[in-house]
Amino acid sequence: MVIPPPLPSATSRPTDGSAPTLLAVSGLSIRYGEKVALQGVDLDVRQNEIFGLIGPANAGKTSFLRALNRMDEFVPGMQVDGTITFAGRDVRTIRNLYALRRHIGVVFPLPVGLPLSIYDNVALAPRLRGVRKRAELDEIVQRCLTRAALWDEVKDRLKNLGSLLSGGQQQRLTIARALSQDPELLLLDEFSIAVDPVTTMRIEEVLKELRHELTIVLVTNLVQQARRLADRTAFFLGGRCVEIGSTEELFNGGAKDQRTIDYLEGRFG
Amino acid sequence: MSAPSNPSTNPSRNPGTEREAHANGAPAGQHVFAATAREGASLRRQQAIRGLFLLTTMLLVLPVLAILGKLAIEGGPALTWEFFTEEPRNGMKDGGIFPALVGTIWLTAGALGVAVPLGVAAAIYLSEYARDNWLTRTINLAIVNLAGVPSIVHALFGVGAFVHFMAFGTSILAASCTLAVMTLPVVIVSTRESLQAVPRAFREACWSLGATRWQTIWRVVLPNSGSGILTGVILVVSRAVGETAPIMFTGAAFFVPFLPQSVFDQTMALSLHLYNVSTQVNLDDQHKHLPFAVALTLILVVLAMNALAIWFRMKLRGRKKW
Repeated sequence: MVIPPPLPSATSRPTDGSAPTLLAVSGLSIRYGEKVALQGVDLDVRQNEIFGLIGPANAGKTSFLRALNRMDEFVPGMQVDGTITFAGRDVRTIRNLYALRRHIGVVFPLPVGLPLSIYDNVALAPRLRGVRKRAELDEIVQRCLTRAALWDEVKDRLKNLGSLLSGGQQQRLTIARALSQDPELLLLDEFSIAVDPVTTMRIEEVLKELRHELTIVLVTNLVQQARRLADRTAFFLGGRCVEIGSTEELFNGGAKDQRTIDYLEGRFG
Repeated sequence: MSAPSNPSTNPSRNPGTEREAHANGAPAGQHVFAATAREGASLRRQQAIRGLFLLTTMLLVLPVLAILGKLAIEGGPALTWEFFTEEPRNGMKDGGIFPALVGTIWLTAGALGVAVPLGVAAAIYLSEYARDNWLTRTINLAIVNLAGVPSIVHALFGVGAFVHFMAFGTSILAASCTLAVMTLPVVIVSTRESLQAVPRAFREACWSLGATRWQTIWRVVLPNSGSGILTGVILVVSRAVGETAPIMFTGAAFFVPFLPQSVFDQTMALSLHLYNVSTQVNLDDQHKHLPFAVALTLILVVLAMNALAIWFRMKLRGRKKW
């Protein structure tokens, strides 16, 4: 069973003229056994926006991402309640999770260069979905590495091990790998914590470019990163979504909740 | 430890110690690094304990040297080309050990052929698929208990299960299967450990690309745990070559005048041959070296197979980098 790529008709277009909704979350709660990680979260992510997710540790940001591409399957004891609608389908009812995950790319906090060559790292996802022709793979690898701003640095050593690249290069390799599955949604989980500031800026430029082609959910604990990149930002605290608003509004005194104002101004967290 | 407010229990703040350090010619400012009486005592104690542990470790090496030395001196001169390539003659006293050598290789290969695929498959299930439930816990308990069963009990099990029930007869196949059952826990445990050693982040990265569990195992997990799996294989080889009890009821014979033609033949084996020439054959002074020579051969076979596996493992490990 393969879920078809989402058609424009599958996404609901709001009446106010903004972009259609790609991802709709309502009443999302996540528990690990007795411990509640996330409670009653409702939010929408629109097509071709960068949706920022900020909040201190233990706010439930990573659990939120895990639920989106059904990685909860691999975590014993992780219980997800509520509905997550991606491209018009409730992800809880999708039986072919592999197809779902191919539509959603993930970049983890610590760069994970698989112990394969740089080429094979990027070619892995296409190969998994059955691409065999060398020329086609070559083209995908070059395109994805270029989009991740890594091609120029590695084009002469594609046979080298991906896990031996520097941290910043590995993180860009991870982004290239995530792009190689042609995702509609890209989840980034604090991608910059193991990356130097210069590389972080380069990746941020990459993300701004990618916005034209796909939708990005950016979890970050750098408040300023959300300010630089996100169109809209949600503030999570202690497993609850405190406030959602356009980034411009939130950061220019438009925040309504005192906790959001305190966090944005660095008074806690 | 000592509160800074209490100078009598904090000797580094003691002005007497400072003066001493200056008097010893230590440059000013370095006196804080001079050992106090208490630090000196713990340093000496640490040296003593290190010496003790080193001594214990050396004691471990001693038996190995003694065994190898004795065998090499007593049996070494008897290791001729004829000894390896001829059949035993004259009631085992003369001739060589060729059939036993060949038989041991058959038995070991057979045991590996059964134990490695089964053990690796079981380990993959336990490490990659099984959830923590009563079934998994029962399986783990069974593995631990299987590892604890004495080899003579395995032998009797082999007679019942493989020789009679499966009707393999006393044959290489029955003996290999018995050895395989005995060594399965080793393969399973060492393989499972090496699979677990592959970072979970690799699996998650692969899963998030839309890979199935099997695709993840095949493309990422197994290629990175090959060296650990081989460690288990090395252990199996060493045990399978040396075990006597499990094979003596199930497939190994005192004397077989021909080489095994198929897995349904009986065979001689080095370990049983060693037992036989040591206890069942009356050796005169002229042939006293024979058991030593057989034992030395046995050890050399184990070492050779280990060396092969270790070489192979080093080749694999050279690729493993993260």
